[in-house]
Amino acid sequence: MIKLIYNEMLKLVRKKRILVIILIVAALIPLFTYAQYKVAQTVEEKLGTTDWRATLQQQIIDTQNRLSSSRISDEWRKQIEIRLAQQQYYLDHDINPAVPGAPSFTRSFLDQAITLFLPLMVMVIAADLVSSEFSGGTIKLLLTRPINRWKILLSKYITMIFAVSFMLLVVSVLSSVISGLVFGYGGWTMPVITGFTVEGGELVTSQVSLLPQWEYLLMELGLVWFVCLVIGTLSFMLSILLRSTAAGMGVMLATLIAGAILTNMASSWESAKYLFMLNLQLTDYLAGMAPPVEGMTLGFSLSVLSVWGLAGLLTSFLVFTKRDVY
Amino acid sequence: MSEEILVVENLSKTIKRKEIVKELSFSLRAGEVFGFLGPNGAGKTTTIRMLVGLIKPTSGSIKICGYNLATHFKEALNCLGCIVENPELYPYLSGMENLQHFARMLDHVTKERILEVVEMVGLENRVHDLVKTYSLGMRQRLGIAQALLGNPKLLILDEPTNGLDPAGIREMREFIRQLAKTNGLSVLVSSHLLSEVQLLCDRVGIISKGELLHVASVEQLLSEQERLIWRVRPAHLALQILQGYTEIKGESSDGLIITPYEEEKVSLWNRVLIEGGVEILEMHRRLPTLEDMFMEWTGGQSID
Repeated sequence: MIKLIYNEMLKLVRKKRILVIILIVAALIPLFTYAQYKVAQTVEEKLGTTDWRATLQQQIIDTQNRLSSSRISDEWRKQIEIRLAQQQYYLDHDINPAVPGAPSFTRSFLDQAITLFLPLMVMVIAADLVSSEFSGGTIKLLLTRPINRWKILLSKYITMIFAVSFMLLVVSVLSSVISGLVFGYGGWTMPVITGFTVEGGELVTSQVSLLPQWEYLLMELGLVWFVCLVIGTLSFMLSILLRSTAAGMGVMLATLIAGAILTNMASSWESAKYLFMLNLQLTDYLAGMAPPVEGMTLGFSLSVLSVWGLAGLLTSFLVFTKRDVY
Repeated sequence: MSEEILVVENLSKTIKRKEIVKELSFSLRAGEVFGFLGPNGAGKTTTIRMLVGLIKPTSGSIKICGYNLATHFKEALNCLGCIVENPELYPYLSGMENLQHFARMLDHVTKERILEVVEMVGLENRVHDLVKTYSLGMRQRLGIAQALLGNPKLLILDEPTNGLDPAGIREMREFIRQLAKTNGLSVLVSSHLLSEVQLLCDRVGIISKGELLHVASVEQLLSEQERLIWRVRPAHLALQILQGYTEIKGESSDGLIITPYEEEKVSLWNRVLIEGGVEILEMHRRLPTLEDMFMEWTGGQSID
């Protein structure tokens, strides 16, 4: 089995997929860092101060102004109200929600990347693991070895898990290192508030607790990793069902984008919460943002993703071991 | 030694209610080269894919070295080396890496064995180059090297000379013959080229529309009686008349009729044909080639 996994890793590395992804990430992170830097600069210019309390106070005033505008939709208003309550909580407890620094940047980067950017990268790895063997014709050699088919597929699946984990590691290390060059490497032990819950459109602070930022970051990474694995599993399944890398990626991409669109519309369509695409924003539960459909919790999203992932895995193995290869 | 390396019994495959392969039975002895001959779409590739475990048969059994493929997949595949259609290897790996990749999927393939098969196919000079820089002939040889890695008793090659130039074809033919002779390997070769099979194989199985029409040794086939080939007009009339006198071995749409050649009777047939109002444009005798026989068995269905 180890030999099989070694084979798959060798192919993955020599196909330069991983390299491409690292390059993409390495090229994009400086871009985000610069954007973040610009934002900080503008705020500073506007307020003429670097004191975070003043900044936060200003943000609260801005938010309140937006709330008083009459053209805001109800869902959006709820989101903003929750945001406002959070900001007020931070101010009241004298905790800076955004100490500039590598860990804060990485945190917000992961928050943003979890729905589209990272799933996209995962898809690039997972979508051609099996279909490239079909399109290259090498599947015929692979399946005529004295090895059961499920073992071959398992070695590919394990390789996918390794590759996705490695990619995530590279992404978080790169984003810390690169953003640190600009914002500095401080703030690892800064306290972060977590445990906000939203009930009936109200922010509940009864379960709020303080965590050092590095611990928060680790929790976040865990959730991101889980999302990436589920996306990886589903791309893997599509790769087997469709036998074409392009088709697999196309379907997955369409699904992810549809998910991003639906997230903004789904609040009135309740059963949409069983779609995996609407459950990707796991880190929002940590930060205490309102979920796309009311009543969704971290546990609920984790179970929905698990069910989708397991179903995908089961389908993959059933189809792969039974199918005739032409 | 008449040990049977491959035994196929009543093999059938139905895809979407269409029978692609019907009740195929044949066997391969140790050290013989068996040709699987048929036109495109006759079911050759489907059969071969069933033999190597890529497609599950609808019914029937396949035994390789005595192991049933359906129940003892690993043991059966351990005795088998194969190339299905083109030798598609990983283009982004070197020849050596490809071989190591497949060696890791077998038990007990040593470094020495890899070097040995590289030498056997004569790829020593290029084995460390990437496969995408290889010519088709070299890929074909690397494919064979890959198939030989695990010291198989049975080698299955689907269209091994496809796309090769004449020199490459001859080289491949000699190589296969030598493998069978010196290593005692059984080789199953599929082809749609009669000349190919005639030169390469000991025995031939002819398949058409999913059915095995005939299995015989090449010599046996060729030692058959000489044939008389008639080109006549109108053909249907000639057929009617000749049927009364001799056996019709075959006919084709362009007015060719094949009968056995019997020296003392030819003039009689000739006369009755002319008296019956048939124009004889041409008649000649010749030893039947595999092509003629194929025409006879398949009733004029052409080989592309």
